[in-house]
Amino acid sequence: MDELSKEELKAYKEAKSLLTDERRLSFGRWLRKKGWKHLVGWVMVVYSIFPIVYVISGSFANADQFTSTLFSSFTTQNYVDLFEDPYRPFANWFVNTLFISGTAAIGSVFLSALAAYAFSRLRFTGRRAGLLTLILVQMFPQLLALVAIYALLVNIGNVFPFLGIGSQLALIMVYLGGALGANTYLMYGFFNTIPKELDEAAKIDGATHTQIFYGIILRLAAPILAVIGLLAFIGTSSDFVLANIILTKPESKTLAVGLYMYVSDQFGQRWTIFAAGAVLAAVPIVALFLYLQKYIVSGLTGGAVKG
Amino acid sequence: MSTETRGPTWQLPKGTRKSNTALNDGGTPSLFGTVVKIVLLGLMSAAMVFAIMILIGNEDYLFAGIVAVATLLVNWVYLRRGSLPAKYLAPGLIFMAVFQVYVVGYSGYIAFTNYGSMHNSDKDDAINALLLNGQTRIAGEPVYPLTVVTDDAGELNFLVTITDESGATQVKVAADGEVLQQVTPTEFNSFGAAKAAEGYTEMPFREIAAIQEEVVRAKLYLSDDPESYFLMTPDASQAVVFGPRLDYNQASDTMTRVEDGKVFFDSGEGSYRSADGEELAPGWRVEVGLLNFERAFTDPGIREPLIRVTIWTFAFAILSVISTFILGLGLALLFNDAKLRGQRWYRVAMVLPYAFPGFLSAFVWRALYNKDYGFINVVLFGGAEIPWLTDEFLVKISILLVNLWLGFPYMFLITTGALQSIPSDLMESARIDGASAWQQLRLIKLPLLLVSVAPLLITSFAFNFNNFSLIYLLSGGGPKDFDATINVGHSDILISMVYKIAFSTGEGRDFGLASAFSILIFFIVGTISYFSFRRTKTLEDVN
Repeated sequence: MDELSKEELKAYKEAKSLLTDERRLSFGRWLRKKGWKHLVGWVMVVYSIFPIVYVISGSFANADQFTSTLFSSFTTQNYVDLFEDPYRPFANWFVNTLFISGTAAIGSVFLSALAAYAFSRLRFTGRRAGLLTLILVQMFPQLLALVAIYALLVNIGNVFPFLGIGSQLALIMVYLGGALGANTYLMYGFFNTIPKELDEAAKIDGATHTQIFYGIILRLAAPILAVIGLLAFIGTSSDFVLANIILTKPESKTLAVGLYMYVSDQFGQRWTIFAAGAVLAAVPIVALFLYLQKYIVSGLTGGAVKG
Repeated sequence: MSTETRGPTWQLPKGTRKSNTALNDGGTPSLFGTVVKIVLLGLMSAAMVFAIMILIGNEDYLFAGIVAVATLLVNWVYLRRGSLPAKYLAPGLIFMAVFQVYVVGYSGYIAFTNYGSMHNSDKDDAINALLLNGQTRIAGEPVYPLTVVTDDAGELNFLVTITDESGATQVKVAADGEVLQQVTPTEFNSFGAAKAAEGYTEMPFREIAAIQEEVVRAKLYLSDDPESYFLMTPDASQAVVFGPRLDYNQASDTMTRVEDGKVFFDSGEGSYRSADGEELAPGWRVEVGLLNFERAFTDPGIREPLIRVTIWTFAFAILSVISTFILGLGLALLFNDAKLRGQRWYRVAMVLPYAFPGFLSAFVWRALYNKDYGFINVVLFGGAEIPWLTDEFLVKISILLVNLWLGFPYMFLITTGALQSIPSDLMESARIDGASAWQQLRLIKLPLLLVSVAPLLITSFAFNFNNFSLIYLLSGGGPKDFDATINVGHSDILISMVYKIAFSTGEGRDFGLASAFSILIFFIVGTISYFSFRRTKTLEDVN
């Protein structure tokens, strides 16, 4: 085996770096060619993460010294206080958010999947008009009709008190009302990519339409449905306005509405406790988001906007 | 042995339509499925019959009819064979019809009424409320001495010594909300007022102080007619005569105010009004025609803020899209370079503002901007007290800066995606032809980029146009506009103004006016979507 001599090795490396443009640049040239990009990069990193670092720092700070410098004091007292305030039951808000957004997400995925199955697999009069209507409805967010939603729930509450203002079920129903407009068209596209030959084969074997729907379409589209469901979860858990007008009792509020109580009250006194709550509320959402990032990016180009 | 076939027996199609549906309903429904279906339908129908009965009880025949028809329709769809599409579409459509389509129509209706916290029920309720709530001290009636006492069970009672015109005295006792009953006094003070009676002992002053509110609110009725005069005590030692402030005359349908004899007539606009324009509250719900729209366009206290808010809404949405797009595009051009070290980490950091829940971002920035404690003033500006969120001009800059932070990652992601999909041979040939970097960007990258990104810019505009959370949670729409007659601030956009008119707790809620503004937003959004639809190809994809 030939060993390369030191000189040969050096010459080889030089030739390689010349060919692949990896020469060591002088500092000035490096700065002009690459360095300024890193400079901009670092500025943007600071700009992007500073507010987030600020909350994390605030959540561990003593209540009286949170503004001056980051991480100047360290205490976990804020996290303890957060769970011990009977007027602001954070644990309830957390569970409520999981329950309301979770149920609404599962429900809306199911309703949209049913509708998307009909649009994708069945042929009927009014099908094209139906799809166009869904796209149109999607353009008008529900919150435009918030006065009417409130008035409608007052009326429903006169008949069924458990579905009136103040009820979490009522809020879930309102979210389900927006389900068809938001997800059906997206799902319709995915269902169209599942080969029709599969359900035709099943049909010849005697499968009913429900067996085809649950056994073939839902199974094959499960990963996509999960992603759409998680995105719907992120969206509803960030909703403020509908939750705020519908949920009235402190213990039935969601995180978005509940944490607003901290911010709208005297700022200085409770900021550090709020920060602890914000960190706990944000962690699952940010983790979900980063985990789903590649689906979100492809969904973005499909026109989805996060709330 | 006979051969039995299960499932569909295939025949030659009799018509073309038949062959299409035959494929749709193959197979035999399972017993389990049928049972589940019947149980669910039964439960739903039972609930709806219950609702119909209550609605009929409330004499709301229109809605009773609508619910009945809808229930029958759903049963018909699920019990008959066929109509498969309807079976799959019905659940979603019902929710959409009620909570997304009906509510839009209902907004339209509310916009033509005076519905609000001052007009939230029918006329009979309003008359009752006026008679019950409008209570006033009756002038000219004497003041009686009163003692707070407890009965044998320790319950709060009030002992009153009533002297009539002839000078005869009666000692009476009652608890809150009850009619005064005569008792035998056992002890008098130096002024001749009863201090205690059989079964009742005076309450020590210390204990009265502890239940002050209960004492001051207590009403002692002089007779069992609920509209009669009653006694109240402002200081736990005197009883003052109160009575309804208003006197209702059923025959003429007028209200007369007791203290000055002013007469109020039914104005026809859902309230009682006097000849000189004074109005009694509460009123009741009536349809008022175009009044809300008329107010919005003629009352300067509403028109001026409405115009200002509309301009700011457009400015906010357009500037947000432009600023986030420019920053996002710049960064995408910069970091779309696989050879840049740490490119991945830069990307993750820059996506974080987008991953962080939007409502929390607004709260955090609200804290950063705080005039007295905020990091920006205390640390970056060395203790200056810059009113970031309370100055009517600065607040707009602050909001745009926060929205830049919130929105640039989205633009960064979509423009990076679009840039990567530009064929590399195009760029290569441009380089060979000697195009400068600027020419490559302006003549090749940007035009190609805009084709795929333009629809998303319109979506982003529409989103920001109704970006309630950011505005309301960051600045609350403030600072308040004191020239306006409605509750509106200098950084409010249309949707947050609607919310504040409808739901602000301080001032009265005005659902009618708020709905009129929502209708206005509907028209604006509708126009924007119409033009964006015409420009994009979404509709052509539907087949």
